[in-house]
Amino acid sequence: MKRATIDIWVGIFVAAGFAGLLFLALKVGNLASFSTAQAYQVQAKFANIGGLKVRAPIKSAGVVVGRVSSVMFDNESYEAIVTFNVDAQYKFPRDTSAKILTSGLLGEQYVGLEAGGDGVMLKEGDRLRLTQSAVVLENLISQFLFNKAAEGKEGKDGK
Amino acid sequence: MAERTLLAGLRQWLESLGHMASSKIWRLGFAARFFVYILLHSGTAFRRFGLTIREIYFAGVLSLIIILVSGLFVGMVLGLQGYDTLQRYGSSEALGILVALSLVRELGPVVAGLLFASRAGSAITAEIGLMKATEQIAAMEMMAVDPIARVVAPRFWAGVISMPLLAALFSAMGIFGGYLVGVQLIGVDEGAFWSQMQSSVDVREDIMNGVIKSVVFGVAVTWIAVFEGYDAPPTAEGVSGATTRTVVTSSLAILALDFVLTALMFTGGNAR
Repeated sequence: MKRATIDIWVGIFVAAGFAGLLFLALKVGNLASFSTAQAYQVQAKFANIGGLKVRAPIKSAGVVVGRVSSVMFDNESYEAIVTFNVDAQYKFPRDTSAKILTSGLLGEQYVGLEAGGDGVMLKEGDRLRLTQSAVVLENLISQFLFNKAAEGKEGKDGK
Repeated sequence: MAERTLLAGLRQWLESLGHMASSKIWRLGFAARFFVYILLHSGTAFRRFGLTIREIYFAGVLSLIIILVSGLFVGMVLGLQGYDTLQRYGSSEALGILVALSLVRELGPVVAGLLFASRAGSAITAEIGLMKATEQIAAMEMMAVDPIARVVAPRFWAGVISMPLLAALFSAMGIFGGYLVGVQLIGVDEGAFWSQMQSSVDVREDIMNGVIKSVVFGVAVTWIAVFEGYDAPPTAEGVSGATTRTVVTSSLAILALDFVLTALMFTGGNAR
């Protein structure tokens, strides 16, 4: 086979290989929607984070506005400190509250932000004051069962 | 008398055991020195890049068909099987995640590596082994041409360059196959398929780790292939044995390395 033909085929092969990588990065991965350049870091303390993981989304009104960057345990207050990056184009008031929510019944957990009414905006390194912990299904069920049991007792006593 | 024959038998057995162990270790050391020697003498492979391009043609371009076709079919099977399991839990939209993550993280590098070992690795071993058997390598040495720089290093680098490209094409083709079956044939929602995939496949964490895996497999496979070829006894049997050893050893090396790399890459992030 001639040298030029081999060169062309190898050129096609290498170009196709890089096209495959580009396809994986842009269409399959999240390179296009991924920007860490402009973000500010905010912390929040939760009594219980449930199954929240690093890189879980931060959503406000259902829109992804950032990602969880680290989850730590505070030795003094025995609470979880969640640090997350919020995209710089989204501004939130300082009294914004954070909740840990679950997408769907069995979906992944994420942090939901609910904007407050303060005029001062959140900035790098701030800590959210108002937080609501994850709902732990076991606690919910046991609470429900206890309530039911208490109701049954009251009904009997009434008669 | 019986004791003496028993002792002699034991001694012989120990001797053969020791010989076996030391020859294996000697071979391992030879392979390691051979690897360093290739790296030191790979200047020619880059200065005269035409040599390497020729080898990329044989190792990479000619492997394209088998890689693309198997990628497509692996992706299609993943689509069918994944859908069958996921729809039981009512989450058939997660099919995209399943197909993409299993291909990019594991199946792409591993299956492409196994195919590459049996398609290109065996060819490299047979070629170098036959060159040695027909004394072409000795002739090169006579003409003061370094056979490692002229024959071995271009093949080695061609394999290292081709392998990640082939693995990327395998993954891309597999995802396309999963899309064909999942979206076009079964009717999973197209938007959910791609958007769920994009939201859970991370470029650095998943795709780059897959690429790193395929580079490591490329180094391992071509190293084993060129070493077995160069070390093959210069007979017909020797070359055939070396070719078989290349396929077996490099397949086992890929699977073992895959476990080690997966343990290093993917448990650290999830444990936190």
